[in-house]
Amino acid sequence: MKSITRAKPVEAVLKGLEGYDRVFIAGCGTCATMCRTGGVDEVAAMSQALEEAGKLVTGTLVIPTACDTLTHECMEQNREAMEDAQVALVMSCAFGVQTVAGYVGRPVQPALDTLFFGLETKPGHFSEVCMQCGDCVLAETAGICPVTSCHKGLLNGPCGGTNNGMCEIDSSIDCAWTLIYNRLKEIGRLDLMRHTCKPKNFHAMAKPGKVDIAIEGG
Amino acid sequence: MEHAFREALQSGKFVVTSEIGPPKGTNIEPMLHHIDLLKDRIDGMNVTDNQSSVMRYPSVGGTLHIKERGGEPILQMTCRDRNRMALQADILFAYTRGVRTILCLTGDAVPVGDHKEAKGVFDLDSVTLLQTIRMMEAGKDLGGNDLDGNVDFCAGAIVTPEANPIEPQMIKFEKKVEAGAEFIQTQAIYDMDNFKRFMDDARKFDVKILAGIILLTSHRMAIYMNKNVPGVFVPQNLIDEMEAAPKGTKVAKGIEIAGRMVRQLNEEKICDGVHIMAIGKEEVVPDIIDAAGL
Repeated sequence: MKSITRAKPVEAVLKGLEGYDRVFIAGCGTCATMCRTGGVDEVAAMSQALEEAGKLVTGTLVIPTACDTLTHECMEQNREAMEDAQVALVMSCAFGVQTVAGYVGRPVQPALDTLFFGLETKPGHFSEVCMQCGDCVLAETAGICPVTSCHKGLLNGPCGGTNNGMCEIDSSIDCAWTLIYNRLKEIGRLDLMRHTCKPKNFHAMAKPGKVDIAIEGG
Repeated sequence: MEHAFREALQSGKFVVTSEIGPPKGTNIEPMLHHIDLLKDRIDGMNVTDNQSSVMRYPSVGGTLHIKERGGEPILQMTCRDRNRMALQADILFAYTRGVRTILCLTGDAVPVGDHKEAKGVFDLDSVTLLQTIRMMEAGKDLGGNDLDGNVDFCAGAIVTPEANPIEPQMIKFEKKVEAGAEFIQTQAIYDMDNFKRFMDDARKFDVKILAGIILLTSHRMAIYMNKNVPGVFVPQNLIDEMEAAPKGTKVAKGIEIAGRMVRQLNEEKICDGVHIMAIGKEEVVPDIIDAAGL
């Protein structure tokens, strides 16, 4: 499971940096590298784009895993360049941006939009697999998540927009309920689809999420 | 009559409903005109609910105008724009204003409409909305709290007989009937053999079926629907018939075809009624009813 990101347009990044001349850039060596949005190459390209736009890049860094606690140590080693900047441009998912924001002591600017948590199904293709809703229904749906995979998140079967097994909003997206139906049929459990799911509990996990797990000796 | 539409359904007569599309704006005159035109000719008038995810005057507002003018309204409610609290609140309101029939729909996806960045709610779905109405009739809201004054509705839902694959649709159809649907309106049908096959399955359930009829106004419209509207299939012979009609007579040909289909559905007792959709041409609905010999 990886945090899937998409680069904001350069114009949007530059607009966010209006009023700042000196910028420190931080990428991420894990998910954003895999997504080709915040690895070594993308950080170098961003640095060049900012220089061309007249900014001074005080330093760049690709943090091994930007959301990790080691980020602090990693950034300490770059303190001088960071302190020389007015703003930190962070090329990681929102986890990384929030982690960096806690250490950097100056404004942060995200260069990426965090889309979902998903898998790379083939090189360059990413699919969302779980929305972390806190109320798992996979037992009823043959291991295919309708909350994530159905555009409307329907729990009780397909809508009228199912179109030859594809979704009405995009003919390249499978209708989740066709997939669920096919697999339930294959495993001989269509009875599960006849069961009516009650309305979802949208507060299975109170927002903002916070869990305290009792750990022995902890 | 307290439950005029339910009584029409149960009377054994061939039921006719149609659609009233609320305006984009506050000019309600055309809608009122359509209501006056249809109120004495049909058994129920569906008021669409932000149809095709396009923001409009509300369906519950439309139903009140129908009541005021002496017609029988059918309140369409989708689950796209309101969470379970707002839906229940509107159900209470509609009941106190004399609305007695609700059609429960999931609702189109937000991105097909004109507010593409809006949040699609889908807190409930068509099945759980039906269950909610039945629960409120038993005096409880979805939170399990007592209601001070119950509701009492004739509730219906929809099905798409031409959906591919059809099996998952039919499972959901069964769930809707189990959840308390008394009538089912279908998506537009044009192929009578396919529809008869659907009815062979549907007849196994204790629910009234109203076949969806969409007025064809050109052969291009038919081709467009085949390509772009999921679950609508216009056979080639009807496309050819529309194309062969001389210019200026296309709508008349569409009325003739719709009237012919309604007549066949009625005379051969294929289903229990029809739901006529003359999108943007509501004024010709009486002509379709006349063409059908009703």
